[in-house]
Amino acid sequence: MITLDSKIPEGPLEQKWKRYKANAKLVSPANKKKLDIIVVGTGISGAPAASALGELGYNVKVFCYQDTPRRAHSVAAQGGINAAKNYKNDGDSVYHLFYDIIKGGDFRAREANVYRIAEVSNQIIDHFTAIGVPFAREYGGSLTTRSFGGVQVSRTFYSRGQTGQQVLLGAYSSLVRQIKEGTVTMYPRREMLDLVVINGKARGIVVRNLITGKIERHSAHAVVLATGGYGTIYYLSTLAVNSNASAAWNAYKRGAAFANPSFVQIHPSSVPQMNEFQSKLTLMSESLRNDGRVWVPKAKGDTRPPNDIPEEDRDYYLERRYPTFGNLVPRDVASRAAKERCDAGYGVGPTGLAVNLDFRDAIKKQGKKAIEEKYGNLFEMYKDITGIDSYTEPMRIYPAGHYTMGGLWVNYDLMTTVPGLFAVGESNFSDHGANRLGASSLMQGAGDGYFILPYTISNYLASEIKTPRINTDTIEFQEAEARSAEKIKRLLSIKGKQTATTFHKKLGKIMWDHCGMTRNEKGLTEAIGLIRELREEFWKDLNVPGRADELNQELEKAGRVADFLELGELMITDALNRRESCGAHFREESQTPDHEALRNDDEYAYVAVWEYNGDQPPILHKEELKFEFVELKQRSYK
Amino acid sequence: MKFKLKIWKQRDAHSRGSFVTYDLDGVAPEMSFIEMLTYLNETLIGKGDEPVTFEHDCHEGICGSCGMYINGYPHGPVKGLTTCLLSMRYFKDGETIVIEPWRAKPFPVIKDLMVDRTSFDKIQQAGGFISISVGAAPEANAIPVRKHSSDLAFDASVCIGCGACVAACKNASAMLFVSAKISQYALLPQGRPEGKDRVRAMIAEMDKQGFGSCSNTGACEAQCPKQIKLFNIARLNREYFKAY
Repeated sequence: MITLDSKIPEGPLEQKWKRYKANAKLVSPANKKKLDIIVVGTGISGAPAASALGELGYNVKVFCYQDTPRRAHSVAAQGGINAAKNYKNDGDSVYHLFYDIIKGGDFRAREANVYRIAEVSNQIIDHFTAIGVPFAREYGGSLTTRSFGGVQVSRTFYSRGQTGQQVLLGAYSSLVRQIKEGTVTMYPRREMLDLVVINGKARGIVVRNLITGKIERHSAHAVVLATGGYGTIYYLSTLAVNSNASAAWNAYKRGAAFANPSFVQIHPSSVPQMNEFQSKLTLMSESLRNDGRVWVPKAKGDTRPPNDIPEEDRDYYLERRYPTFGNLVPRDVASRAAKERCDAGYGVGPTGLAVNLDFRDAIKKQGKKAIEEKYGNLFEMYKDITGIDSYTEPMRIYPAGHYTMGGLWVNYDLMTTVPGLFAVGESNFSDHGANRLGASSLMQGAGDGYFILPYTISNYLASEIKTPRINTDTIEFQEAEARSAEKIKRLLSIKGKQTATTFHKKLGKIMWDHCGMTRNEKGLTEAIGLIRELREEFWKDLNVPGRADELNQELEKAGRVADFLELGELMITDALNRRESCGAHFREESQTPDHEALRNDDEYAYVAVWEYNGDQPPILHKEELKFEFVELKQRSYK
Repeated sequence: MKFKLKIWKQRDAHSRGSFVTYDLDGVAPEMSFIEMLTYLNETLIGKGDEPVTFEHDCHEGICGSCGMYINGYPHGPVKGLTTCLLSMRYFKDGETIVIEPWRAKPFPVIKDLMVDRTSFDKIQQAGGFISISVGAAPEANAIPVRKHSSDLAFDASVCIGCGACVAACKNASAMLFVSAKISQYALLPQGRPEGKDRVRAMIAEMDKQGFGSCSNTGACEAQCPKQIKLFNIARLNREYFKAY
């Protein structure tokens, strides 16, 4: 049975991290060389973590499933990265950034962690700029910023609409520098199958070499998971199609507790689904809502082309419902508002499951060139996919599964409930509460990797300097390898009729319909039954061609779907348990008279932390959230 | 829509490959090329045949995983698109489509349409970075950068490392790829201190990996899905001359 100790340092909010650093144990350069660290994942938390730890002199081994670390899905983040620089003199500060994240997360995150990420945000911008990330600039040569949803200041640094690519490639450049230095060894095209725990401590991983099919054992003094989120559980999402939950899920099965699994952010603006073959819902950055106005026709079933609908027949519903924040309300609010209009029959486009995002007024005011400068690549991408030119006609957008605030539970050290196993970036639950604000994921990932983990992991490793290199011939490694091999054998031996993709689509539909933008008791209860049936069907009727000891993409997919089928049930269990609405988690039973999320702080001001319990239902632990520095308020963007 | 697909099948790096022809019906015009191939694989698996191996991930033209010759063109016949964003409405119903992996010595075939692009990582590793460690950065606005230079650096740095430039080049040259990285750093003051060492090291590694020379044909620019410009190669050459 696990015990939760969040290890939050004592003292005033702004002193906690300083005190932690002042008291953290250090490891001497000579000892660092003798300590091995495994980092799984090379996105915007993994690549920074690996390069920073390599720079410190640790012996780092990095794993990713892609052919090269530069392709991790952080590369697709569009809008920007937040920092409390206050370059615009608009009243921003570390405290304001902290408060916006806490409020945006609907008061379901830990104050101390959030304050810390806000504190390091400025250093992230300094570092990325120094390593050559071309952020947007003013004519005078200084960096510029833009506004993003859910806040009233301009603090988002960006590189046109491909900020994620630019910061990830920056992080990648630092990573390859360490590979050249020899402090980091790169293992691409490896998928983590299992975590190895020896005497209660994380000591290694078991991976499948995706080219040869061989199962490999790798050991270390500490393991860092930077494996991202699990939004692809919906099948259709904004994520890369190979993004998956398997590393985190198998760590959960080895004892790392999972926090708030049902907290999934549905992004309000993606290109709507067009047909059943579609594999992906492409994101259209939230930054577009800075200049684009969201609307639907005032009349039901108004099928006139959007440009023929006059001003008086348009319902700018976000501006109507939320006059203060207007089109810049947080993502969860914007998503639900779009769903509400579409469900009520006001949706546009061939399916009626879309709303307009219109740039007409912004182009009139600022000129086409200014809009092109800010969003050129997004307009191009939208045109590539849909054939529609958004300079002359509104975009059509609809919400899609995007980011998972839930993830592995970590304490202030970013360590999971398995000693020596750390989780950074989206794979942990720590900073975004029940809803993440735009441009905060790159910030959190890079902050965890560059500026937080190097301190906290050293603090842990200081007591490991006498531990020799971990042998991979132990019984624990043998067992982990045998478990993985057994699962692969089972997947290949079913020889049924349906492909992994077929099952993934079915699972996605269950999750989207019952555990998506809104949830209710009846739907969730039904979904548990459906998912169990589907899981049974999967293990009876799956068809995976090919062999285990070769490159086998269908086998890779099947393994991921098998894990999603289990994770889905935990997400639903968590959603059922939380009989309140908060942030992105909207329980229909708990709403205000004007249909906003209604929290229940008396009963649910806690992090729901689930412990794996074999064939038995998971055990719920609660980390009570104490708000010492902010006042709990009903969130309002009106 | 209906297509005849002639697809390169190759067991592994050491085997001989050959074209296999598949007839595929029921393709929707709004499918992307990758979705069409996924659909082909679903039908092949259903019939008990071996699916085609190919790479893809983000499906929004930014990760650089996908890439194949489509009727002889890297990423297909439409300018400025990756394979994953290329929609089937650009093809004629009933058309025969020929699909091959990148053909270049430094990109050996792994299986079918999947190639090994580790050589690109090796080039970047040789010097494609600025040697500043975490903690050593000055205040971001302490380094003013001319907006024009910064914008040009950005235009170069959008390279997704897909390899289409090499595939398009008759010499299998990686000059456009290398020049994009060199240009990004050459245009920024942060990149200047290591400028000479960087360009020497990256060019040397490019040669070592077996990429050919540039003969200024411009096929790379024409086929680059991110439309990276040829003048980056001119800048690379200038940087290279200055480095000796």
